[in-house]
Amino acid sequence: MKSKKLLILLSLLLVVSVFVSACSSGEEPTTPEPEEPTTGEEQTGEKILRTNNSSEPGSLDPALAQGTHESWILNNLFEGLMKHDSTGQIVPGMAKEYTLSEDDLTYTFTLKDDIKWSNGDPVTAQDFEFAWKRALDPELAADYAYQLYYIKGAEAYNSGEGTVDDVAVKALDDKTLEVTLESPTAYFLDLCAFYTYYPVNKAVAEANPDWAKDPSTYVSNGPFTLESWEHNAKIKLAKNENYYDKDNIKLDGIDFDIIEDENTAWQKYEGGEYDILVTLPQAVVAQLKAENNPELQIGADVGTYYFNLNNEKKPFNNKKVRQALVYALDRQTIVDKIAQGGQIPATGIVPPGLLDENGEDYRATTGDFIGYDLEKAKTLLAEGLAEEGMTVEDFNAQGFVLLYNTSEAHKKIAQAAQEMWRTNLGIEIGLENVEFQVKLDREKAGDYDISRAGWIGDYSDPMTMLDLFYTDGPFNDAGYSNPEYDRLIDIAKSTADQKIRFDAMREAEAILMEDVPIVPVYFYTQPYAVKPYVTGVYKIPIQYPTITYADINK
Amino acid sequence: MTELTKEMFERASEEQRNAEKIRRPSIKYWPDVWRRLKQNKLAMVGLVLIILITVMAIAGPMISGYTYYEQDYSNINVKPNSDFWFGTDELGRDLFTRTWYGARYSLLIGILAAAIDFTVGILYGGIAGVSSRRVDSIMMRIAEVIYSIPYLLVVILMSVVFSSQGSGTSLFVIILAMTITDWVPMAILVRGQVLQLKEAEYSLASESLGADQGWILRKHIIPNTLGPILVNVTLTIPRAIFAEATLGFLGLGLQAPKSSLGSLANDGLAGMAVGLTYQIIFPALLISLIMFSFNVLGDGLRDALDPRLRK
Amino acid sequence: MKKYLLKRFVMSIITLWAIVTITFFLMHAIPGNPFAKEGKMPPVVYENLQKKYGLDKPLYQQYLIYLGNLVRGDFGESMKSRVETVNDMIERGFPVSARLGAQALVFALIFGPALGAMAALYQNKMPDYISMIVAIIGISVPSFVMGTFLIQFVAKNVSFLPIGGWGEFKHTILPSFALGLMPLATMARLMRSSMLEVLNQDYIKTAKSKGLTKFAVIMKHAVRNAILPVVSVLGITISNLLVGSFVIEKIFGIPGLGMFFVKSIGNRDYTLIMGTTVFYALILVLMLLLVDITYMLVDPRIRLTEEGH
Repeated sequence: MKSKKLLILLSLLLVVSVFVSACSSGEEPTTPEPEEPTTGEEQTGEKILRTNNSSEPGSLDPALAQGTHESWILNNLFEGLMKHDSTGQIVPGMAKEYTLSEDDLTYTFTLKDDIKWSNGDPVTAQDFEFAWKRALDPELAADYAYQLYYIKGAEAYNSGEGTVDDVAVKALDDKTLEVTLESPTAYFLDLCAFYTYYPVNKAVAEANPDWAKDPSTYVSNGPFTLESWEHNAKIKLAKNENYYDKDNIKLDGIDFDIIEDENTAWQKYEGGEYDILVTLPQAVVAQLKAENNPELQIGADVGTYYFNLNNEKKPFNNKKVRQALVYALDRQTIVDKIAQGGQIPATGIVPPGLLDENGEDYRATTGDFIGYDLEKAKTLLAEGLAEEGMTVEDFNAQGFVLLYNTSEAHKKIAQAAQEMWRTNLGIEIGLENVEFQVKLDREKAGDYDISRAGWIGDYSDPMTMLDLFYTDGPFNDAGYSNPEYDRLIDIAKSTADQKIRFDAMREAEAILMEDVPIVPVYFYTQPYAVKPYVTGVYKIPIQYPTITYADINK
Repeated sequence: MTELTKEMFERASEEQRNAEKIRRPSIKYWPDVWRRLKQNKLAMVGLVLIILITVMAIAGPMISGYTYYEQDYSNINVKPNSDFWFGTDELGRDLFTRTWYGARYSLLIGILAAAIDFTVGILYGGIAGVSSRRVDSIMMRIAEVIYSIPYLLVVILMSVVFSSQGSGTSLFVIILAMTITDWVPMAILVRGQVLQLKEAEYSLASESLGADQGWILRKHIIPNTLGPILVNVTLTIPRAIFAEATLGFLGLGLQAPKSSLGSLANDGLAGMAVGLTYQIIFPALLISLIMFSFNVLGDGLRDALDPRLRK
Repeated sequence: MKKYLLKRFVMSIITLWAIVTITFFLMHAIPGNPFAKEGKMPPVVYENLQKKYGLDKPLYQQYLIYLGNLVRGDFGESMKSRVETVNDMIERGFPVSARLGAQALVFALIFGPALGAMAALYQNKMPDYISMIVAIIGISVPSFVMGTFLIQFVAKNVSFLPIGGWGEFKHTILPSFALGLMPLATMARLMRSSMLEVLNQDYIKTAKSKGLTKFAVIMKHAVRNAILPVVSVLGITISNLLVGSFVIEKIFGIPGLGMFFVKSIGNRDYTLIMGTTVFYALILVLMLLLVDITYMLVDPRIRLTEEGH
């Protein structure tokens, strides 16, 4: 009896020891260094801006960055040849000046004199050449390599058909970089501010290909440096004392938490643990807006929320049917009552905030193409269905479905659109909520009727939206194809003459909004919240709110 | 030989007549279960609540005068009042209707899923328990494999395979998705109980009397393991109701604008941060009530079913 | 005993192999791939990525390569993170989840069976009702509601409890509590039920008639026999707790394995899916083995020997 008791005890001990070992091994990685408490800035008098970056970056190597999860942090770590000022104008960054050749193809950049990496090395033209060629290396397989395809020979090298030496970017000396483009690109300077175009310290990266994985070997040339990175938990940036414009940087550092849950992040902001928060829960935005809370900022964004229509499927192949769906949506109501984030009802595909040839807002000078017109929608639907030999009953009998990926926000919009089409046109469209990857797969396969989509622009030019609908384009899931549209896009892409470009783009958008292969819903905005004691935060349309020049006045 | 005359007999008294009668009625198993269940007040409260909730789930959506899908943008996020008894949601839909409509699906999913888990779990665990060591071992390893394969992968695959375009995820797929691995813990529990009980004297006695394993399983082991199993079943119902909400998270739940209690609680969560607590209170409360009812009823049943607790 | 353990070990290896194989092909059968996203990515870039991660090879080759690496303990590179390997992620995520899970389990183990036993001893009296209410709250509040509730109403009002995030012990208190509530309730209810059964058994009556004190009867005879069903769910409970809960980890912003597991599936991060699955299976198989052994030691009637069959 005694020995049995002992055995029981032993077996229980065994189970418990599994935990104890799990616990004790858990201590080490979770508490890497003696950490400063969150109130550290008060003790040391340092100004640390605290915020949340809602997702873990896949990498902080500029060549390997893929989206906003990385870019918000990278924008504070690096600086490209060009950068945006607080009004969104493109101004020289690392470059002092540049010249453009007569044929609009060759840019020659001269770098600033006093620019240094965070380790003290000078930033050279070779660093840029190295970084761009590296991002194009097919072996590296960078997601965003195609952002560099404007450079002559870039696409060929990336696809394995050309050699690295044929990529037309060349450091003429330490301070001079020459870039030749495939065709004239009016927004190339804008691209030079984009993160794929950031430089990489050649000496560091050649000596240690894994330089970007570890804060101790991480080298950057921007306003801040990487101080620590606790994966999926926290990223800390510290001021870069080697940055040429450091006198204008008032913060001593930025702490990014990595918390995915919007509600939790909001609670932390509200509880005073963050100074600024960008991704806000929809209900919170609506409430802050309703009470006119001064902490809420509705930032401009360059993006459009829309529904793809399967243009190859009857009756969505009929232009009038598509138009009917477009005109039967009451976008103002969707924006005011449902999305509630200060979005703008879509009147075309190109959102406001992009400048035209005269420096004015493209959207404003181009005018509205679509709107809410119930009578027109009803007439168009009747005509369109008749042309296809269908009645509304036939339409409803088909059981068409609107496909969307799981998200509370998408669900609300989808339900509103479904109900508007039902009450306004008498057509029944079902909803189907699928996992994101399944949606992508079905869109690519054309296995859908209507699907939710959205596009946020990469660069400040209407082309970032318009080339989506080029025949067989990678994101042309509606399957739209119009030779005249393609011709106009080709024209706009092959000249740097702003007048010709913008005329072609306006004409193209008019064709697109006549054919409506898609149903535009609204133009995105980016609501964010800033505590009253934080100053110097601004938002330019193409980027996340800029916190680089923020100051804390507690 | 004396002749038997009428006078020789006297009328038996009432007392005498009933002397041999078995006073206590012979009690069959199931009526006895019911009788004992009736004595358990808490269990009866649970039963009444389940009936009430079921009735409301059927009738509730019809009595408010609203539908679960009609949106009224002039009545968004209205707090509960005389028009909207449970308030309205962020699209101006009546939450009273949506809550009871959701209860309908949640109950259906919960009960069906629990029933499937129960059946499969008992059969599989029971068979493993009474089988030879080798068969038992193989069956348990198979259960481990099934339980270890990432559930989400299976569910995604099933939703793709089974959802023909236009129909969306059907109730069938949801229930299948929820039960495909969920029966394993039940089977393991049953097997453990069976291993424990098959060495019990009455099983041994039955075996010595020539009963085969099926008989022992049916007549002795299953009735005697019902207690923990029933408790587990009552736990499966809430699990299934939440699992449906989680599936909704992944895009595999009921398709909007249909609702379930889980999806309503999920939707209501967003309102909690901005003081629209009523949007989550009603579905959450209803879930808790359902849970409470099934739990007390389960406990009552457990006590009533157990032959050893018979008084 | 030795022979049994050896047999179980071989069986466990076969089990793991089956899990790896089924998961591998299942994962490739579902739509999507690690590099698909909404956007303008041209086919060339996509092909480069496929080549880099070996996805251009025939599936059976990929499978064999994977098995080879797995035998060497190499889970491969994550297809989403360019910073960490799958081994890194598991090494980092598991201790986090395990720590939370262990705390939750200790919490559940301390209160669950005790509440259940108490309820059984005072059947249909106050302690029974109280433990019942605790159990029902534990079961009937979904973890996403409980988590949000704890943040909104507890963390925001109690100054030493952080709202979310990870780092110190104080960060683990609320999530451990939220995580432990469900197993606590499950154990309490299982314990109550089996305790009631045991209390009516003959050996309890015998023990009582022997003149043992009530305490001795309960501790020596009743609890020990009644705890069996609890032990039998322990294996799965432990492995569930150890690998972490996606919901709790997401709500509290905790960098644990549960989050990796669910996100890897959404991302179709093939290597991470496999890595977390194999790891999870390993723990489950181990736990079930431990449970079998514990069973054998706890219950005098079960003999895991070759005799008797």
